[in-house]
Amino acid sequence: MIGQSPLRTFIAHAVLILGILIVAFPIYYTFVASTHTLQTILRPPLPLLPGGQLWNNYGEALFGGIGRIGGVSVGTLLLNTTIMALGVAAGKIFISILSAYAIVFFRFPLRMTFFWLIFITLMLPVEVRILPTYKVMVDLGMIDTYAGLIIPLIASATATLLFRQFFMTIPGELVEAARVDGAGPWRFFFDILLPLSRTNIAALFVILFIYGWTQYLWPLLVTNSNDMNTIVIALRKMVSFADADTEWHLVMVTAMLAIVPPILVVVLMQRWFVRGLVESEK
Amino acid sequence: MAPQLAITLVFFYWPAGQALYQSMLRQDPFGLRTKFVWFANFRKVLADPAYLNSIQVTVVFSLATAIVAMGVALLLAVMAEKAVRGKGLYRTLLIWPYAVAPAIAGMLWLFLFNPSIGSLAYLLRSLGIAWDPLLNGTHAMILLVSAAAWKQISYNFLFFVAGLQAVPKTLIEAAAMDGAGETKRFWTIVFPLLAPTTFFLLVVNTVYALFDTFGIVHAVTGGGPGKATETLVYKVYNDGFVNLILGDSAAQSVILMAIVIALTAIQFRYVERKVHYG
Amino acid sequence: MATVDLKEVKKVYPSGVEAVKGVSIAIPDKELCVLVGPSGCGKSTLLRMIAGLETISAGTVAIDGKVVNAIGPTERDIAMVFQNYALYPHMKVYDNMAYGLRNRGTPKDEIDSRVRSTAKVLELSALLDRRPRELSGGQRQRVAMGRAIVRNPKVFLFDEPLSNLDAKLRGQMRVEIKNLQRALGVTSVYVTHDQLEAMTLADILVVMNAGLVEQTGAPLDIYEKPASIFVASFIGAPPMNLLALTGSSSGPILADGTAIGFAPPETPAVTLGFRPEDADVTFNAEALPGALVLPATVEAVEPVGAESFLHCAAAGSRIIVRVSGRATAKPGDQLRVVAKAEKLHWFDQAGKRVD
Repeated sequence: MIGQSPLRTFIAHAVLILGILIVAFPIYYTFVASTHTLQTILRPPLPLLPGGQLWNNYGEALFGGIGRIGGVSVGTLLLNTTIMALGVAAGKIFISILSAYAIVFFRFPLRMTFFWLIFITLMLPVEVRILPTYKVMVDLGMIDTYAGLIIPLIASATATLLFRQFFMTIPGELVEAARVDGAGPWRFFFDILLPLSRTNIAALFVILFIYGWTQYLWPLLVTNSNDMNTIVIALRKMVSFADADTEWHLVMVTAMLAIVPPILVVVLMQRWFVRGLVESEK
Repeated sequence: MAPQLAITLVFFYWPAGQALYQSMLRQDPFGLRTKFVWFANFRKVLADPAYLNSIQVTVVFSLATAIVAMGVALLLAVMAEKAVRGKGLYRTLLIWPYAVAPAIAGMLWLFLFNPSIGSLAYLLRSLGIAWDPLLNGTHAMILLVSAAAWKQISYNFLFFVAGLQAVPKTLIEAAAMDGAGETKRFWTIVFPLLAPTTFFLLVVNTVYALFDTFGIVHAVTGGGPGKATETLVYKVYNDGFVNLILGDSAAQSVILMAIVIALTAIQFRYVERKVHYG
Repeated sequence: MATVDLKEVKKVYPSGVEAVKGVSIAIPDKELCVLVGPSGCGKSTLLRMIAGLETISAGTVAIDGKVVNAIGPTERDIAMVFQNYALYPHMKVYDNMAYGLRNRGTPKDEIDSRVRSTAKVLELSALLDRRPRELSGGQRQRVAMGRAIVRNPKVFLFDEPLSNLDAKLRGQMRVEIKNLQRALGVTSVYVTHDQLEAMTLADILVVMNAGLVEQTGAPLDIYEKPASIFVASFIGAPPMNLLALTGSSSGPILADGTAIGFAPPETPAVTLGFRPEDADVTFNAEALPGALVLPATVEAVEPVGAESFLHCAAAGSRIIVRVSGRATAKPGDQLRVVAKAEKLHWFDQAGKRVD
């Protein structure tokens, strides 16, 4: 390493701290706002330190039900969002790992056709086929169901491609060693492939959990009734900038509750998350 | 494999086909008759000043978001490489926004910059700036770009850090012995070697700004004021679900698909090249 | 314990590439057969066909007298040591060794006693709780061996098992493999591209080239009487010196016109060869009947300690001569290279040996 002057090191730290201030400030300020009364919030500027309303506000939001979104409690919203995020993550991993296994380790007719069929879906994000997909959902009666929230999101190609890529790095010798050791296809899958994929699965799980949690357009379309909303959608419904009766203190509590779980997941599983993110995209 | 294929067919190909088909239909105002009109919808959409405006908005928004998000992230990543101590801690604190939904990011920024109650808007006003993102289109755009870029900084930061770590230390040392100062080393050695990462992120950020930011637009400005922040994806949604002009919306979907396919192709060419680099 | 018999075995890939073009080898019980050849000669493909990892396009593979063409690797009762060891990275050493036995439904306590006794033989007892990535290259190699031995199979197959080790360790493991194989008395097939490994390990040496067997036999027999130019130049290091011959009215002469000085074999030969250690150098000019004498210029001297190699230009070619100890010649010296007639090898137009 080349030595560097203390001044440059100091500048580096200063820039980083400034960066963190920019990055973390909105989140911190949301927390601050969530601990003040509505009256305090409506009279800017808001103090920089948390107020004394923490328990009151959180209690009201979690258990009281919020008027603007049809009296649904934040607890229900959290439950919906959790189910959706977990469902998307688990479902996607499950079907992707099976598909990738089939594509990489078996030879069957039309194998490459299937692969391309899946591959092309990379190019069709929900956003570009909103309306027709919505129609399919209506036809299948999947509006306002968890299945409707989850299933259309789990078939995208990214996870399949990631697993495929990973499986292809598994040396052929290992597969052959297992064959010589008498392991059939299923045994190979469970004894060798799954354990080896553990870190990939963990990494992917974090990323997909975040993906599921932060979905916006899709839940906006598929959930009409208030008690099926995800927390992000409900939050949007709670806010109105035009009229004054937005219950900002509750909005801020909800916002905190909406961002803390995924942040916790990211921070606590940082090692896998970073690895998975950087590797899966490359 | 079968389950994935089934889901893929039902939720991807069928709708995509539908979009293609509907993009060539036109419905009379009462929804009684539909007529097959070939490419008339495309012609109509592409000639529509609102759509052209939307393209312009999208380009400005995407470029600004990508540049801001990548610039800040690169600066932070370079600094993080230098700060040997506390690197891990900095990283932990910088990745938070990745976990925040775009829509929420938008709402947080709006909360801060909302003209009536936002504390930072208050600050701006006390500095003499007539700040009002709800009425001023440029201000609205700045707010959107800030929120969108803010959310994307973490992602870019992680990639730049990984990219920087992949730059061989011996190269930098060789450059130092060749008499290149620190700034010069960065621009002549490190930055060119980061080009693959930078290019990759450019594509990803553009895709992000095109699609994932629907939530921000929808939650913060609703395309307004006027149509100052109506991006392409927002317009598809708005025409299809709010204004119920199905043919136009479908035609726009198809155009969007074409854009995504082009971007994906570019990205794959790049991946291909990367393979050749070894 | 078993014999392995290959009869006219062929491998044709769907692309039409013929990797193995009809190979017959009979390996007696308890013997170690080494397949050696340059990369792409088909030796690994042949091994994998014996293992059941590749289908056999034509011919038969029989283990213990029973044709196994149609049965899978699991039922052939073979064990294989792979080039990169192919240890299961997520399993401890113990489980790596036990995995094959478990899949075959061996009782738990028997697995345990077999794994432990094998580990003892291979000095792995202290490492049973480690994972492969915590082991050194040599230890991984040993685990791979252990995984094969613990199964007590009819046949061991080795696919270049030492090529990832450094030179010193390779020498050690070579001796160890040989001793183990002899002690266990298990018929083995061993693939390598390293002729030194092939020479030292083999009971039967099979030299392959371009999908065909060039020569089969005991290592020293092959060394002393290589059946073709290919074998002559592949086996032995440094390789055999080869000189082209042309015909003249007085019989064959070397390319630069040097006469041979004694009667060549009756069958016409176009190439003549001698091993570096079968030649000597002299500064004297006396006549040497019954020997090939080549005027030569020393180009380089490579001292390696116990011996030195002289690289010389002679008869329009480069030749190498081995002299023991310290060489007295220096680059630029003019001298004469002498090889006795009975140490010469002759090859015909097709590259086959003539005597």
